[in-house]
Amino acid sequence: MATGTPAIDGSGASARFKRSRSRHLFEQLIGLSLFACAAVTVVTTVGIVAILLAEGLTFFTEISPLEFFTGTRWTPLFQSAGFGVLPLVNGTLIVALGASLVALPVGTLAAIYLSEYASPQIRSIIKPVLEVLAGIPTIVFGYFALTFITPFLKDTIFPEIGVFNALSGMIVVGIMTIPMVSSISDDSMRAVPQELREAAYGVGATKFEVVTRVTFPAALSGIVASYILAISRAIGETMAVTLAVGATPRMGFDILDSFQTMTAYIVNVSLGDTPQGTTEFRTIFAVALTLFAMTLLMNLISARVVQRYRERYE
Amino acid sequence: MTAEAPAATTRDLFEVNLARRHMIGVIFQGVALLGTLVGIIVLAVLLIEVWRDGIHFLELDFLNRFPSRFAEQAGFKSAFWGSLWVIGFTALLAFPIGVGAAVYLEEYAPKNAVTRLLQTNISNLAGVPSIVYGILGLQLFVRGTIGIGPSLEDLGLRDLDRSVLAGSATLALLILPVVIVASQEALKAVPPSIREASYGVGATRWQTVRSHVLPQAFPGIMTGTILALSRAIGETAPLIMIGALSFVAFTPGNPLDDFTVMPIQIFGWAVRPQLDFQDLAATGIIVLLIVLLSMNAIAVYLRHRFGGPASR
Repeated sequence: MATGTPAIDGSGASARFKRSRSRHLFEQLIGLSLFACAAVTVVTTVGIVAILLAEGLTFFTEISPLEFFTGTRWTPLFQSAGFGVLPLVNGTLIVALGASLVALPVGTLAAIYLSEYASPQIRSIIKPVLEVLAGIPTIVFGYFALTFITPFLKDTIFPEIGVFNALSGMIVVGIMTIPMVSSISDDSMRAVPQELREAAYGVGATKFEVVTRVTFPAALSGIVASYILAISRAIGETMAVTLAVGATPRMGFDILDSFQTMTAYIVNVSLGDTPQGTTEFRTIFAVALTLFAMTLLMNLISARVVQRYRERYE
Repeated sequence: MTAEAPAATTRDLFEVNLARRHMIGVIFQGVALLGTLVGIIVLAVLLIEVWRDGIHFLELDFLNRFPSRFAEQAGFKSAFWGSLWVIGFTALLAFPIGVGAAVYLEEYAPKNAVTRLLQTNISNLAGVPSIVYGILGLQLFVRGTIGIGPSLEDLGLRDLDRSVLAGSATLALLILPVVIVASQEALKAVPPSIREASYGVGATRWQTVRSHVLPQAFPGIMTGTILALSRAIGETAPLIMIGALSFVAFTPGNPLDDFTVMPIQIFGWAVRPQLDFQDLAATGIIVLLIVLLSMNAIAVYLRHRFGGPASR
C-alpha cells in the first residue's frame, strides 16, 4: 500500500489541481460545518443561562430576592405561600456534606490503594468494577436507599428513622460518587513521576511514608479537584435524593428525618399539576438558577485548583 | 550528655522506630484495601438485593405487557421500547455533532481565545446537573422558546411537545460534552506522522481527516459514544422535566409520539407504597441493568479488540 498510494495520487494529480478552486470551497464548507457542531455547545450554554435568567428575573419581580435568599419558610404551593429558599439549600447541603464524608475518605483510600499498592492484575479487576459502579443509574441507587438502606438502618441502629430520611440519601450519594474521587485521584497519583518515589526510598522512607509524604502531596491538586467535582455532583444529584430523602423542606439537622433538596423540589413540581406561567411554577427556575450558580462556581474553582497548583514534571 | 543526644536521635530514626513504621505501613495498606472494597461490596449487595426483589416478576412476558393497576399484570413494554426509541435518536443526534465538534477542535481550530473558550465551555457543561438540561429541554423543545430571540414557531418550526424527539434532543445535549471529550482523546491518540504523510502526498485537510485520522480514531470514538449513551439510558430527571409520562400504554410509532422510558417507569413503581409494585421496580431495574451492562460490554470489547486510546 505504501508503494501503491503515490502512483494512484500521481495519475489523478493534474485533474485535481484544476479542480482546486471548487475543492477549496468544499474544504471551507466542511470547516464551517465542523465549527457549527462545536458551536452547538455554546448555544447550549447560552440557552441554559438565558432561560434561567429570563424566567428567574421574572420571578424576582414578583418575589423579592431578599425574601427568596433569606427566608426560612418554603411553602410556595400552599395557601400561605412562603418563598424562602434556605430550607431547600439546607437539605441540599446536608446531603452533600454527608455524602462527602463517605466519598472523600473512601475514594481517596481506594485511589491510594489502586495507584500505590495494587498489582496490575488486581487493578485490572477493581478498575472495571468501579466503572460499573459509576455507571449504575441514580434511580437504582434511589431504589436501593428506599428499600434496603433505610430498612437496614431501622432494624439495626436507628429504630426511629423515617421512611424518607437524609441519612440514607447521604450514604447512597456518597457511594455513587466514590468512583469519581477514586478515578481522578488515581490518575493524578499515577502521574507523579517514579523518580520522586525512588528518591524518598533512597533516603530510607518506608512505603507508607512515601505514599503519604511524597506521592499524596505531589498529586494534591488533582485530588482536591476530584473532591470539588464530587461535592458538585452531590449537589446536583436528583433521583436518588428524590427517592431517599423525600419532600419535606425544612431547616435543622435531624438527619433521621425527611428533607427536600433543590433538585428534588424541581422534580416534584414538574411531576405535579402546577400550571405553567404562574409564580408557583416559576419557582423552579429561581431554584434551578441557584443550583446552577452553585455547581458552576464549584466547577470553576476545581478547574482553577488544577491549573494553579498543578506540579509539572516535564 | 550533649554529645550523646544526636546519637540517640539517629538511632531512633533508623532503628528503634523501624518496626513500628513498617507496622503503620501494613495497617495503612489494610485500611486502603478496605476503602477500595467498600464500593465493590455495596455494588454486590445492591445487585443481590435487586435480583432477590425482582426475580419473581422476571419473565419474558414482562417485556410484552403494558403497565397496569395490578402488579401481576403490569409490564415494561412501553418503557423498554420507549427507551430504545429515545436512545436511538439520541445517538443519531449526539454522534455526528459530537464527533464533528471534536474534529473541529482537534484538527481545524486555530490556537486562539475562541478555541480556548469553546474548550472551557465544554468542560463546564459536563458539570451542569442533568436536571438543568431538563429545564433547557422543557423550554427549548417542548415550549419552543428560551425567553429571548425568536421562538421555534416564529422560525416556521413546530415545537416538539412531549415527544420522543424532544427527549432525544435533550439527552443529546446532555451527553454531548462527554462524546466530544472522548472523541478528542481518540483523535489526540492518532500519531501526527499519519497526518504529515497524508499532507505530504497532497491531501487536503478534510481528505486527511476522513481517510486517515477518523478511521484510526474510530474505535476510541465508538467506545466513548457507547459509554455516553449508556449514561443517557439511565437518565431520569431531565425526561421527567420535559414531561415524559409514567403511565403509557403504547409504544412509540414515530419520533413525535409521546413516550415513557425505563427509569421513569421504575420511578413510578418505586414510589408506590405497595410492596408488589416495589418488586416490580426491581424487575425493571434488572432489565435496565442488563441493557446497560450489554452496552458496556460492547464498549469494553471495542476497546480491547482495537486497542483504543482508553485501553490503559
